[in-house]
Parts: sequence; structure tokens; C-alpha cells
Amino acid sequence: MQSSAIETQTIVNYETEAAHGHHGHPDHRVFGVIVFLIAEAMIFLGLFTAYLTFRAVAPTWPPEGTPELELLLPGINTIILISSSFVIHNADSAIKKNDVKGLRTWFGITALMGIVFLAGQLYEYFHLEFGLKTNLFASTFYVLTGFHGLHVLFGLVLILAVLWRSRIAGHYSNTSHFGVEAAELYWHFVDVVWIVLFILLYLLK
Amino acid sequence: MTQVLQEEAKVPGQGAVPEKRNWRKYFSFSTDHKVIGIQYLVTSYFFYLVGGLLAEAVRTELATPEVDFVSRELYNGLFTVHATVMIFLWIVPAATGAFGNYLIPLIIGARDMAFPRLNAVAFWLIPPGGLLLMSSFLVGAPGSGWTSYPPLSLVTDQAGQAIWILSVLILGTSTILGALNFIVTILKMRSPGMTLNKMPLFCWAMLATSALILLSTPVLAGALILLGFDLIVGTAFFNPTGGGDPVVYQHMFWFYSHPAVYIMILPIFGLISEILPVHARKPIFGYRAIAYSSIAISFLGLIVWAHHMFTSGTPPWLRMFFMINTMVIAVPTGIKVFSWLATIWGGKLRLNTAMLFAMGFVSMFVIGGISGVMVSSAPFDLHVHDTYFVVAHLHYVLFGGSVFGIYAGTYHWFPKMTGRMVNETLGRIHFVLTFIGFNLAFLPMHKLGLEGMNRRIAEYDPKFTTLNLVCTIGSYILAVSVIPFLVNMGWSIFNGAKAPSNPWGGLTFEWLTTSPPPPENFEVDPVWTIGLYDYGTEEATEVIKAGPVLAMAAGAET
Repeated sequence: MQSSAIETQTIVNYETEAAHGHHGHPDHRVFGVIVFLIAEAMIFLGLFTAYLTFRAVAPTWPPEGTPELELLLPGINTIILISSSFVIHNADSAIKKNDVKGLRTWFGITALMGIVFLAGQLYEYFHLEFGLKTNLFASTFYVLTGFHGLHVLFGLVLILAVLWRSRIAGHYSNTSHFGVEAAELYWHFVDVVWIVLFILLYLLK
Repeated sequence: MTQVLQEEAKVPGQGAVPEKRNWRKYFSFSTDHKVIGIQYLVTSYFFYLVGGLLAEAVRTELATPEVDFVSRELYNGLFTVHATVMIFLWIVPAATGAFGNYLIPLIIGARDMAFPRLNAVAFWLIPPGGLLLMSSFLVGAPGSGWTSYPPLSLVTDQAGQAIWILSVLILGTSTILGALNFIVTILKMRSPGMTLNKMPLFCWAMLATSALILLSTPVLAGALILLGFDLIVGTAFFNPTGGGDPVVYQHMFWFYSHPAVYIMILPIFGLISEILPVHARKPIFGYRAIAYSSIAISFLGLIVWAHHMFTSGTPPWLRMFFMINTMVIAVPTGIKVFSWLATIWGGKLRLNTAMLFAMGFVSMFVIGGISGVMVSSAPFDLHVHDTYFVVAHLHYVLFGGSVFGIYAGTYHWFPKMTGRMVNETLGRIHFVLTFIGFNLAFLPMHKLGLEGMNRRIAEYDPKFTTLNLVCTIGSYILAVSVIPFLVNMGWSIFNGAKAPSNPWGGLTFEWLTTSPPPPENFEVDPVWTIGLYDYGTEEATEVIKAGPVLAMAAGAET
């Protein structure tokens, strides 16, 4: 750093701004979404760690008298959510080929699958034999799955927003599809979180 | 008013037309990072005064051993809200939000942050969050300390506590959105040729800070969500009577709140690393050491949280782990301090207010750092835990450190932000009063703590009366010290001498544009190959003398 002569004092004009990236470039925005998802992941990581600690410290887990969880419905739900991640990926491939119709189809199917997942979760809530305050397991169960459910809902809103905007001709194309990518990344994130949740809450005995 | 505010004429050859001052934009949803930075700065200074008044109320109560000034409940509310305001509404927004937003795009040669609208959203979460916190005094302020440890926080005033949780969640969201923006801006928007190893040290510090914010603040949100459920719905995550575990809250809380102390100090390290070489007129010593030590501090800061919990029944082997890691942080911190001292060493010091505060920072922060190494030692901590020794330590790092640094930054960049110079006489009075008041208020607390005075109490053993009175007098001097500062700022904005583009002879990019910079920051993008910290060399002197004009001429030839 010490000594360097004034070899060149170059000037870059406004016209060349695109060369070194100005705000509004898709790669910045996608990177921003990834950074945001890291923050989101940390909330879940904190909650998961809390859950595991409660579990480790408790004399018995789940606390005595907690009814066994049914696996059939949440199992089907899990399959639906995991499959939806593959479905939404097709939308990305479609828009990169400028196929807006394909984008709409795949996003539509993903949205439907998300709705089915949320409906299944609500159905499960109404048929569980424990409430939010029954015991520590029940509380963590509802708060964790509920918090995840809110994220599914938010992902659904993103997907529907993209579907709404895709009606405008030329809004999404192979060169401009940040909204599609953001919704897709978010959806994958929600999916991964669910897999961890499902293992922690349902499968881990 | 507007006539006084007419900007200086165009600097010949510079071309950029300075913007006319328009006050309304500072109250609007502006997406200009400079406006947002100043919005952050003014808002956080406002809350600094609020938090200061709360502190004066606390010190007034403690002037005598008896409970005579406020009730015990109000006292608990006062110190709780004082701490919350100072952390979430003063130091964090001022250190990261204000200087980060104002400086980062300028010093990396960008025209704005990566996400300007998100930036504005992050700022506009702060006033409602702050007012919400203040409103808790109307329903019974939260009285369980800024840590809000359960089960205490579950049994004290519930409305105030719920407001505290909501307000901290809002402020935390604002911080996370800000950090996201800083990371993307620093990594993606640097001007061409500015590699990571050439970018200003403040960028390194903000990168390390933002990573910490991103990784730790969400965990606090998780803890507060669970605490909120316990408080409002009646679950028992942290309530031992329902099978919950309050220590889990402590772990989650400190997983954020220990990194939070680095969130409050790392940006200041960055500011100091920018200010010292300019006013010492010497190249920075150990650029890479300072840069990489920020990253080291950031990483170590994430794995030492349980040193706040040595008395929470942590097993000895775990204490050992956290104790050693904590002590290791003194190494990268020491590297920074030595680099700063080596930077000042043999320099042609210019002792203006910014430099005084910067050097005051180095000396006071070292005292706080040493007491930090002391409390990091588990056997010692078991003795002084929750005593005034800890209060003394934290104020030496947060006031002697962060606040001195924010003052230094405010004086240093005031000409750039406003286009006016500050009054140095008033500035020096401000510094002297602050320095005396600060040491008088907090130095005796070390002794109070070692002798066993508990923190967070409204009444105490009469044997502590004299020292407490000294602390209280010191705190009043601190309160008075703000007056010359406010007068200086208010007067200088309107009547200060017009500031040239580069009043201090700085080499970072923000000094290459007008004071204040035009909305798009630079008429031509600043690119030069001389090192950003090559102060004092002949080439640098030449470049600084010629300034942007020379850059223009060279550019025209190419």
C-alpha cells in the first residue's frame, strides 16, 4: 500500500456504468435474496436448537401423556412439498426459454400444491389431541410448524404475485426474471426447512 | 433560511453541481443513501438524548442510598429502557445505519446502496419502534433489565414487557435489512479496480459487522418470539413451573447480544481506522492486519456468548471453553490498537476535535478492553458478576468506545455531510467536558463493583455513598457536555465556514466529490491507483493538493 506513483488516474464515464454494475442488476438482487434467506435460516436454526435443548434437558421426551403423532397426513404433506420444489424448478427453465405460458403453468401447479399443504396442516391442527399449552412438546410443535406455515403462506403470496404480473406481456423474459428466481429460491428454502422440521418433530424418537 | 443555505459555487473543473438543500427530503421516504444516513444520524442522536435523560434519572436516584427520587418500579423501568434505547436506538443505528449508509457508497465509488428502497424501509422502521418503546412508560415500563431474563420478565409488568418485545423485534428487523444491504453493496458495487484488499477499512469493518448481524440478530428474534408466547399466550418455553427452561432463553439471548457488542464496536473500529491516518498524515499501519482482525473478531464474537452465563450453572469445562475463546479476542483487538498507535507514532498530528475524540476512543477503549479481559476470566467473573464492575466495563467500551467513535465520526464527516465546517473551539470544549465527565462517572464504578455493589438496584449500602455521588456528578457533567455539541452542530450547519471538497486532505473517495455531494455522488467515477492510505507521501500530497481537478485532467487525456 505504501508507495505507488500516480501512474494512471483513469476516469470512467457514466456511460460505462453498466460495466461495473449499478443497482438494479439481477445478480445483485438474487444475491440479496440469498443473504436474506441466510437471516431467515438463522431464526429457524435458533428455534431448532432451542427445541433440541428442551428435548435434551427434559427428563422424558415427549413429556408423559403426549399423544403419538399420526404420520400419514404429514407424510403425504411432506411428499407434496418436496415435489413442489421440483415443479417450481421447471418454471425457471421455462422462462429461460422465454416460455411465459410454461412459467404460468408450473407456478400455478406449485401454488396449488402449497395450498394443499397448508390445508393439510390446518386439518392436522384441528384433529390433534393436544393444544398449544398442553406441554413443552406441544408448544414447540405448534410454534415451529406454525412459523413454518407462515413462511409457506408468504411463499405462496410471492408465487401468486409473479403469476399476477406475468399477465403483462414481456414482464418476464429470458433476460428479466428476478421475481421468478426470488420466489423459487424462497420456495426451495421453505421446503428445506420443512424437511428438517419433519425429521425433528415427527421422526426423531 | 434558504438564502443562508446556498451552496458554494462550483469548484472549477469539478463540474458536479452541488444540490440545493431541501429540508423536506429529510422527512420523506427518500431513497438517497446520503439522506437516509443523515436521517439515521439525527434520529439516533435524538434517542441518545432521550437515553441520556433516562440515565440522568437513574444517576439522580443513586446520588443517595435511599429510594427517594423515583419509585422502585419506575427505577427498574428507567434503567431497562435506558439500556434498550442506547443499544437499539442509538449506538447500533448510529454506528451501522448512519455512517454505513452515508459513507459506504461514497467510499467505494458507487452511486447508491444496492437496494435503495429497502434501505429507506429499514430506516423508517426505527422511529415507530422507538416511539413504541417510549410508550411503554404510559402502561408501566418493562422492568426486567435489557436482557429481559425469564422468569422475571414473565412476572413483572406485562404490558410494558410485551411492548419491549415488539419494539426490539421491529428494531432488529431494521438492523437485519440494513446489514443485508451493506453486504450486497460492499461485495457487488465497488468501483472497478477496488479489490477487497484495497477497499477502505471501514468497509471491512462493516462487512464483518453485517455478517454478525445477519447471523445473530435472527436468533434474538426467535428468542423473543418464544418469550412473547410465554408472556402473552401462556406457554411455558422459559417458565420452569410449566417444564420450560429459562437458561435456554439466556443462551439464545446472548447468542445475539454478545455479538451485539461487536456490532456496536466494529463499525467504530472502521471509522477510527479512517480518521486516524488522515489527521496523523501518515499511511495506516498494518492495513491487512486491521482488515483481517475485523473478520477474526467477528468469528470469535459468535462463539463466546456463554461468558455472560458463568453464574448460570454452566459446567466448568464449558466455562473453560468460553473463557479461553473470549480471552483470545483480545489478540485481534490488540492488533488493531497497536496498528492505530503505530499509525499515530511519528505522525504530524492535527489535534482537531475529530482527532481528539479518535484518540480519546483509543485510550478509553483500551481501559474497557482490559477490564473485559478481567471479566472474561471465569473465577474473577464469579465475584464481580452483576456488580458495578461490569457496569464500568461496559460503559468504557460502549461510551468510551462507541460513543467517542461516533462523536469522532460526526466531527470528521460533518463538512462532507453539510458543506460547512464545525467550530473547533466549541468542539474542544465538548471533548474536554465529555472526557472529564465520562471518567468521573464511570471510573469509580470499578471500585464500587469490586467492593460488591450490585447493579440494577435503586438503594444501596450507605458505605457506597461517596463514590456514587462522584459518579452522579460525573454523569451531570456528561449531560452538560452535550450542550456545546448541540450548539456547535446547530450553529455550524447555518453559519459555519464553507467546507471545501477535501478539508482534511483525505484520500478516500468521498473527499473527491463536493461537500455535500450531489445526489448521484460523483460527476465522474473516481478511480485512482494511488493507495487510499498513502498519506504524507509526496505523491499523495500532490494528489490531494490538485484534488479532483487533477483527476479530471488525467481522465481527459485518456
